[in-house]
Amino acid sequence: MEISTHDLWTVMHGMGFGALFMLAFSGAFAELYRMSVPGAAPMRASEQKALNFYLGAMVVLAWITVFTGAYIIYPWYRAVPPAGAVDLAEYPRQLLLSSARTSGWHNIGMEWKEHVSWLAPIAITMVAYVTMKYGQAIIYHRNMRIAVLGFTLAAFVATGISGTFGALLNKYAPVRGGGTIILIQGE
Amino acid sequence: MSVPEEEVEVMSNGPGAAAILAAGIGCASVGILAVAGDASKPIGKFLNFYDPTGTLSGVTIMSIVIWLAVWFVLGSFWAGKTVALGRVNLAAFVLLFAGFLLTFPPFMDLLEGQ
Repeated sequence: MEISTHDLWTVMHGMGFGALFMLAFSGAFAELYRMSVPGAAPMRASEQKALNFYLGAMVVLAWITVFTGAYIIYPWYRAVPPAGAVDLAEYPRQLLLSSARTSGWHNIGMEWKEHVSWLAPIAITMVAYVTMKYGQAIIYHRNMRIAVLGFTLAAFVATGISGTFGALLNKYAPVRGGGTIILIQGE
Repeated sequence: MSVPEEEVEVMSNGPGAAAILAAGIGCASVGILAVAGDASKPIGKFLNFYDPTGTLSGVTIMSIVIWLAVWFVLGSFWAGKTVALGRVNLAAFVLLFAGFLLTFPPFMDLLEGQ
């Protein structure tokens, strides 16, 4: 059982950091909504601390996800094949563009994913900062709570778009190549 | 034990407003730079900070720099102040929406007349 280094990075980017970030939204929405409803009781200090840590972890995951995507995996995706290359399996971008049936996955899917994904870490960093800075005092700032919930939703949508296209692109043109890591030696 | 509401310190909304508006500007920057880099070859070339990643490197790095710089400047101006957060929110959400729209390839193509 083996895996290539490029595959491993892709898995870590999408199913590791990205998926963890995506999953974390359910908890963030629940807590941020709970402190936003009219008449909500102020949080305990320990609850506030836990929420701060939770949002801080989301910020770290979001930035790791976009940086690994853009600066480690994307260069492999957009690698240019040598002139006359027939087998494009290790050149996902060129593979997708080589057929009218798949070019849209690059022209719409990848082109949108590579940019819109960066909205998520910017938005969630703001959400975490405001929540940490104001803590329980946010109960006095209705518009701030609206912004926090709105930007959390926007980060979720941006992550959803990126994650969905990432998974589909990886089905049609997976990023392959690199060294081989043997996980378990076969019999 | 929860803290009674009357004991919660009331803080000015300036620092929060600065973070909210800066985030909106940062998101819009991603879209604006993506369109600019795609529409203009010289801009695309300028934004190519790191060859393996291409124009995307400049779009992302510049957006982060703009976002943090705006946040720092607004944060300095609005520290300890109370601002019209409703208007700040409106601007931030419009900019956020612009970020989504300007990164959507069919809309980018429309703007570029393709």
